[in-house]
Amino acid sequence: IANSYNRPTLIQLQNTREEEEEQQTTAQQEEQTKRWEATELEEEHVHDAAVPPLAGDPPAADPPSPPPSKDDFQEELVIRPLHSGDIYASFQFRTVWDADFMGDQKVSHYRLFPKSLGQVITKFSVRELHISFTQGYWRTMQWGQPYLPSPPGAELWVWFQDTVTDVDGTWKELTNVLSGIFCASLNFIDSTNTVQPSASFKPLGIGNVTDHSFLRYATLPREIVCTENLTPWKKLLPCGSKAGLSVLLKSEKLFHSTFHSQAVHVRPVCQDPQCRTTSMELRQTLNVVFDLHTSGQGKREWSLFKMFSRTLTEACPLASSSKVYVDVTDNPQGEQFELSPATPLLTQAVVLGDRRTYSVYDLTQQASFGSSRSLNMLLRWKMLRPLLHSERYVAGYGLQAGEIHTLIYNHHPYRAFPVLLLSAVPWYLRLYIHTLTVSSKGKDNRPSYIHYQPSKDRERPHLLEMLLQLPPNSVTEVTVEFERALLKWTEYTPDPNHGFYVGSSVISALVPSVVAMDTNSTLDRPLFSSFFPCKEEASYFMRVYTEPLLVNLPTPDFSMPYNVICLTCTVVAVGYGSLYNLLTRTFQVDEPSPGLAKRIANVIRRFRGVPLL
Amino acid sequence: DLNDKAGQFFNSGHTNNWAVLVCTSRFWFNYRHVANTLSVYRSVKRLGIPDSRIVLMLADDMACNHRNPKPATVFSHKNMELNVYGDDVEVDYRGYEVTVENFLRVLTGRLPASTPRSKRLLSDDRSNILIYLTGHGGNGFLKFQDSEEISNVELADAFEQMWQKRRYNELLFIIDTCQGASMYERFYSPNLMALASSQVGEDSLSHQPDLAIGVHLMDRYTFYLLEFLEDIHPSSTTNMNQLFKVCPKSQCVSTPGHRTDLFLRDPGRVLITDFFGSVRKVEITMETINLSSPMEPLPER
Repeated sequence: IANSYNRPTLIQLQNTREEEEEQQTTAQQEEQTKRWEATELEEEHVHDAAVPPLAGDPPAADPPSPPPSKDDFQEELVIRPLHSGDIYASFQFRTVWDADFMGDQKVSHYRLFPKSLGQVITKFSVRELHISFTQGYWRTMQWGQPYLPSPPGAELWVWFQDTVTDVDGTWKELTNVLSGIFCASLNFIDSTNTVQPSASFKPLGIGNVTDHSFLRYATLPREIVCTENLTPWKKLLPCGSKAGLSVLLKSEKLFHSTFHSQAVHVRPVCQDPQCRTTSMELRQTLNVVFDLHTSGQGKREWSLFKMFSRTLTEACPLASSSKVYVDVTDNPQGEQFELSPATPLLTQAVVLGDRRTYSVYDLTQQASFGSSRSLNMLLRWKMLRPLLHSERYVAGYGLQAGEIHTLIYNHHPYRAFPVLLLSAVPWYLRLYIHTLTVSSKGKDNRPSYIHYQPSKDRERPHLLEMLLQLPPNSVTEVTVEFERALLKWTEYTPDPNHGFYVGSSVISALVPSVVAMDTNSTLDRPLFSSFFPCKEEASYFMRVYTEPLLVNLPTPDFSMPYNVICLTCTVVAVGYGSLYNLLTRTFQVDEPSPGLAKRIANVIRRFRGVPLL
Repeated sequence: DLNDKAGQFFNSGHTNNWAVLVCTSRFWFNYRHVANTLSVYRSVKRLGIPDSRIVLMLADDMACNHRNPKPATVFSHKNMELNVYGDDVEVDYRGYEVTVENFLRVLTGRLPASTPRSKRLLSDDRSNILIYLTGHGGNGFLKFQDSEEISNVELADAFEQMWQKRRYNELLFIIDTCQGASMYERFYSPNLMALASSQVGEDSLSHQPDLAIGVHLMDRYTFYLLEFLEDIHPSSTTNMNQLFKVCPKSQCVSTPGHRTDLFLRDPGRVLITDFFGSVRKVEITMETINLSSPMEPLPER
């Protein structure tokens, strides 16, 4: 465990890289004998002519015994964390329809294959059909290559059988029918946007076709993808959206993504290694990339629940295989991210020319779901955990008093070590040292050495130095209260409302390590590792600075307009007002006030409306 | 009373229900028209009409619009409790496909041969059809996508074609636009009942804006219509007279109008679910039929 906190220096890497590689390969081989699935796929793909290796594709259910004469359904989900912090999820649902089209059988019995598509394929003599609906653009430079690429908008390309006489007419009818099935405006595909590529789109299924007059290709770049396209797409699945991996397909989360693409690919494949009989394969794929900031809220932590707002509870009962693959190639020792629940199964596959490693969750095994009967994969990126870290902030309210809090974090799991804390606080924040408290893990922690020099107004600042022992894996909080001083009006800066700065606190510490630091030889060592001399073998010197503080002091209102208005109004009121009064006031002789009896009589006379005395 | 109830049971004479719901406005600031149409769609689906019997035409996409802060949702009220877009929506005509020509072709049934079933109105003479239109309109016309218009004369003629081809049993026409009553002035075919959100010379107003989404979410008339329909369930016996009272002038600011002179039945005896729902009539028989025995052909006549 001590090794995991070892910050490797270059010396170590140079000396021991070969050793480590050897160790890793032997470890891998050991793992291979214990935990790896049978993965060699290359032979199986010989018969599928130019098939691009699809990610983590387990071999089709082709056991050496005679092929099963019924429909087959497989589902899988591949999750690949991307370098930019986004995450890429790719669903594939594969239904194999046990119906031979090369022969002349009429097909009328549908088991797992959707009837709507089956009728379309038979009626229009379709050999291969590829249709995709995409929203967003795949950013290759940030995300790498997708498993199944698609252009933005809608794309449709179809290979017809060579029994079709009027390909253009059939193409027009086919696009209309597909527009009804997928609720898309595919009926806008006509001769003005259809082409016949002569070399680019070779058939992806079996067959050696060279006559490109049976191929039609069209795109609708303006086509929008929304829930109304997802709904019929989900209805083509044998389990619908009720069981298996398709329960994760909730539109509110899927469309709140940077890239969303759903596609349907139909092509003929061989049923057995000798390719005596063929069957139709339907692959429904859905690729989605969730953005770190919009869906991930900026945190590099992904789980199935966060991506899809659902977890997996069971495999589709009609599926012969139901698996979830997580790409862990960049994380062989588990140092970049942590995947939970842990799974013992690993598989390797060659994808786009690159050998990738995947952790596998097999949903057909009840053990994958654990005791809570639901599977929610969690990928948590490991945060950097430096051993020593600190923060500082001002607490309190108002412009009279406040508190300075300094937090010092010790992330070592079991070693405690001492640190020296130095704080220099300017004189205008009058510290009350009797309120100094140091606490770790809720309990009081008395420093073993304190040096305090109080401030003198306008001469020197406070100096506080303490030696603290930090308990392992804890947060130590140093708190001291202060009062703000009122400066003389000439001492304020021209921008006093910006605030006044308090310099960073300095924390000096000897942090435990296991590397022997040789102080004698300073040659062949990079500069950053040789700055602080260190004699102890078990620790190295480190200095950590906190943030500076910005504190508001009580500030008079220096604003010029305010002062000018006050002054002007005063001058006007006093000067002009007095003058006006003097000029316009008239003076009257006032009789002395009458006696009480006369006053009462006047009141009665006023009531009666009679002139007064 | 029992006779009356029995009479009610067999009264309406329709065997299936269809709905044609059209939103004719494009652009983000017309979010409320899409929300109007989707809330009627939602009510109609909830009361039993399946997607195969609904022709939904939305002229623009609001749910997955890049300006929508909550993708894949369309809300009817700023409390954002009810997502009228839902999880299970099928739009038959969308975007540029919503034109006057396509609308009239859907109504009259004159569609090209390759049109899929989901885009057709396959009604017969025992179908009750609900037609709901919303958008921007004026005196005698309704604007489609800011580029063309349908006039009330065209609409009346389309309904007459439908009547002559026996494409409906009874038809309820609801329109929520400015001066909506002008659209049903020219109707002359039998068995038509019409409702509009405002009279000629009045504007239909929108309900309230939502500052998070940035646009008005719904129009007043349809908002109160949705509130009214949320209380209806498949077995309720509310009749059309209550529907006419939805959104009085105090709530709507405009005066909703209705027209029932072409309708043969008394509106007080027409149930809401006759048009908005798809209520199956079940007849119980006491005879047993043996399904395994071979069927005998009917004797020649």
